[in-house]
Amino acid sequence: MPDWVDLRRETMKEKATILDKEAISRAIMRIAHEILEKNKGTDALCLIGIRNRGVYLAHRLAERIKAIENQEVAVGALDITLYRDDLTLIAAQPVVHKTEIDFDINNKNLILVDDVLYTGRTVRAALDALIDFGRPKSIQLAVLIDRGHRELPIRADFVGKNIPTAQKETVEVKLEESDGVDEVVIVEK
Amino acid sequence: MSWNRKDLLGLEELTREEIELILATAESFKEISTREIKKVPALRGKTVVNLFYEPSTRTRVSFEVAAKRLSADVINIATETSSVKKGETLIDTGRNIEALKADIIVVRHNASGAAAMLARHVSISVVNAGDGWHEHPTQALLDIFTLKEKLGRIEGLKVSIVGDIAHSRVARSNIWGLTKLGAKVTVCAPKLLIPPAIEEMGAVVTNDIDAALKCADAVNVLRMQFERDEGAAFPEQLEYFKNYGITNERLAKAKRDIVVMHPGPINRGIEMASDVADGANSVILEQVTNGIAVRMAVLFLVAQAQDKLVVRG
Repeated sequence: MPDWVDLRRETMKEKATILDKEAISRAIMRIAHEILEKNKGTDALCLIGIRNRGVYLAHRLAERIKAIENQEVAVGALDITLYRDDLTLIAAQPVVHKTEIDFDINNKNLILVDDVLYTGRTVRAALDALIDFGRPKSIQLAVLIDRGHRELPIRADFVGKNIPTAQKETVEVKLEESDGVDEVVIVEK
Repeated sequence: MSWNRKDLLGLEELTREEIELILATAESFKEISTREIKKVPALRGKTVVNLFYEPSTRTRVSFEVAAKRLSADVINIATETSSVKKGETLIDTGRNIEALKADIIVVRHNASGAAAMLARHVSISVVNAGDGWHEHPTQALLDIFTLKEKLGRIEGLKVSIVGDIAHSRVARSNIWGLTKLGAKVTVCAPKLLIPPAIEEMGAVVTNDIDAALKCADAVNVLRMQFERDEGAAFPEQLEYFKNYGITNERLAKAKRDIVVMHPGPINRGIEMASDVADGANSVILEQVTNGIAVRMAVLFLVAQAQDKLVVRG
């Protein structure tokens, strides 16, 4: 089912490809190493992806971490629709998807994963949602793209690529799982 | 697919896609009730008024729990203790609730069409919690949600509705919803309890309970509403149980995994034997749990549609 981002996409023009398949793969590999380095392994480590593309990225990170450490890391999926502060401002209603966190997050080091960090409002909503699930030991943020223009005091711990953008531009992350192709492009309204 | 109705009045006017959107949204909401903190802030700052002109515990409580799990504030108005006793009309009461700046009225009324009339006279959202013999949309939605959860689909299912069809808004809403989603519906009751023109809604009619059960994937057993028929005597109830009551003997001739539903409250030993109500095929308590998710979805969708109307002016 299309969400509001997909609907908006039709009116935009592609400008430049920022990351291709290989670059995305390398970025994920590097972030996996950085997560392991910072957390000294996989003990008490869990990944939580923000729906939809954050979940796919979280699963890819878990695969890489397994390849490096030979340890399984739990992956959860978080839908933040019910925690948004802009439900009335967006054109079409987002569809509420399932939140699936089948493990205890108390005293865990959570890596929150999303595709693009922009205003920070999605992450704010995700933090509120996670706190309702328990009291993690820490929450760290991993994003594939940081495009700037923060409206809240939020920063990422792990970044695939920083991309300075104009506000009239949009960064689109396409992943094989949802879009059939791995690439990051800048589009203009 | 998006939801654009400020009200939920019945399933008759909904499209298949709209019904499927409510069910999909409810699926996402179900998980919230399994959390340690069973609450999300989606309707924070909204006020839901339960306006019940008929006695109801389970529907009112279910709506109240649903609203509270979405962080809405809930006010219950029982009409026996309100100005309705002094003769205030439904429309006046509705307008007063609107003047209090409430956002959603959940209304139950003994007159068919009451919810629709109220919705025409107030600009805030109205959710029908049962109007006369007309519709009880959230009950049918939770019945359908439970069926879908149990059997994985609705399309092509054979569902029998047994009991007092004539006086049942639950039956009518179920028939509309199930047929729109592609199920085949059979209604079964003594002739006097079958309303005219029920076939025109898309249901097959039978008076033979064994035929109704034989090929059914599910049976929805309605409560005999003897309180609406004050002349009913005990022998009449026994007679009904003998001829139409759902017993293990009757179920033995049906599909082994037939799903047995009942909207509650059950008259044990009248429309259903106790060991069936508590048996392996019964999903009656799951219906209660699912009712919360379905009502959360409905409250969320109408509130969002309302907000969009306000934003666009």
